Amino acid sequence: MIIDIKNLNYIYNPNTPFEKKALDNVNISINEGDFIGLIGHTGSGKSTLVQHLNGLMKPTSGSIIVDGINISEKGSSLREVRHKVGLVFQYPEHQLFEESVYKDIAFGPKNLGLDDKEIDKRIKDAMELVGLDFESLKDRSPFELSGGQKRRVAIAGVIAMKPKVLVLDEPTAGLDPYGRDEILDEIKDLFKKEGITIILVSHSMEDVARLVDRILVMDKGRLVMDDTTREVFKRAPELEKIGLGIPQITKFMRRFKEKGNNIDDNILTVEEAKEELLKFLRRKKDA
Amino acid sequence: MLKDITIGQYFPGDSIVHKLDPRIKIIIIGLFIASLFLIDSFLPYIFIVLFIGTVIKVAKLPLKFILKGIKPLVFIIMITLAINIFMTKGEVLFYIGPLTVSKEGLYTAAFMALRLIFLITGTSLLTLTTSPIALTDGIEKLLNPFKRLGLPAHELAMMMTIALRFIPTLLEETDKIMKAQMARGADFESGNILNRAKNLIPLLVPLFINAFRRADELATAMEARCYRGGENRTRLNELRLKKTDIVVMTSMIIYFALIVSTRYIDL
Repeated sequence: MIIDIKNLNYIYNPNTPFEKKALDNVNISINEGDFIGLIGHTGSGKSTLVQHLNGLMKPTSGSIIVDGINISEKGSSLREVRHKVGLVFQYPEHQLFEESVYKDIAFGPKNLGLDDKEIDKRIKDAMELVGLDFESLKDRSPFELSGGQKRRVAIAGVIAMKPKVLVLDEPTAGLDPYGRDEILDEIKDLFKKEGITIILVSHSMEDVARLVDRILVMDKGRLVMDDTTREVFKRAPELEKIGLGIPQITKFMRRFKEKGNNIDDNILTVEEAKEELLKFLRRKKDA
Repeated sequence: MLKDITIGQYFPGDSIVHKLDPRIKIIIIGLFIASLFLIDSFLPYIFIVLFIGTVIKVAKLPLKFILKGIKPLVFIIMITLAINIFMTKGEVLFYIGPLTVSKEGLYTAAFMALRLIFLITGTSLLTLTTSPIALTDGIEKLLNPFKRLGLPAHELAMMMTIALRFIPTLLEETDKIMKAQMARGADFESGNILNRAKNLIPLLVPLFINAFRRADELATAMEARCYRGGENRTRLNELRLKKTDIVVMTSMIIYFALIVSTRYIDL
């Protein structure tokens, strides 16, 4: 178990009229090598939860243990926790500040106190993982790149720190469909090649269905579901009640079955749907 | 830490004070400041306290808010106290090392410290009871007569509105970038002053870039809605003086005139 969250509560502005409970008794355990999707309506506590994972926020009560380090304990090294858990914020390109792509990606590794040779190697690796060409881009200013490229630079800046757990808060927000698919594919590659634990915060049920194995659903600060992707998307009415939904293709297959067609409606991606429909048509032909 | 900044904070309400024409409120605060500087003895301070107290009571402002406004200025008040105590010459009461404390020194120090505190609380009453938009509207109207002298009244007011509007946005953004850089191992809390200043670069560069980007976007958005400055611009809520405004204004002029007149009367 790499992250263990027990009875986590967080209250904004405690003991004032503006008091707001953002996290309400959350319990989660995350194993090494998990690929987890975190979904929830705006204001459900996703971002608050995510910022607890690397000690940017401290719990009001409860405990979070990251790879053996209790983040709320006095004297525990938050630096080490932030090394273990890499966090990519929403619109991460807004945090770029250096004069060259190379220097910007180097910021994280440098803060870890690595030597120049190691830093150089990590930058090359990280840029390759996110699909940026090292030679042609390393000396460019990050501010003159396109939106998608900027975001890749920012993500590479976190990957270069080689975290054990990578948390991405809506990494595709505001990108065009093509750029979105590219980034998601790169994240998938990263999971496969490096075998790191990934937590993906997303608003898109399609993206989550396509990528992750396990889904955490948040509503009003509480963790309401924690199950495999397939199991979670079986509970469509509950999801719709809290302002979420299921992938379009799953919805379609369910409607199709309701019309009296004998198919498996537990479908998550267009690929799966294609296979199932082909099977269905063949059966119909044979009959 | 960033949440403690309360400059220009507005405390919503619907009291008479809140509903008063912003122009009137600005003028009254002007009178208040002027009389505060013209007072030369302790006694008229009673009327100043009476004024502040009445406004707080009528506007239903929580006392905590007022005290919070004074907190950041405690340091300045302390310096004022120290300078006045030790630098004023007069009848020596006692010595602290090489420094002398005189009776006149203590008197002026207390007088000045009170003046500062009244100044801060008095002016904060204006921003606490007037929404930033009403405030800038009032300023614009008051500056209107100076337009003929080439003063860009509307533009000044618009700049103030925008600046006030973006204080919370910038604070939020600072917090976000700070966290993002901390997630990359940045350290904003330790080290000597030089190092700390250097560590602020990853915070300040993105902050400035985003501020410029935002300014650009806002300018485009205003242009898209045909904003061309104050010329021929009409408004939804015209400021009009009501009966209460005139009554309050008149009584306040008399009130402050009486306070100032104590200067010329031997009590």
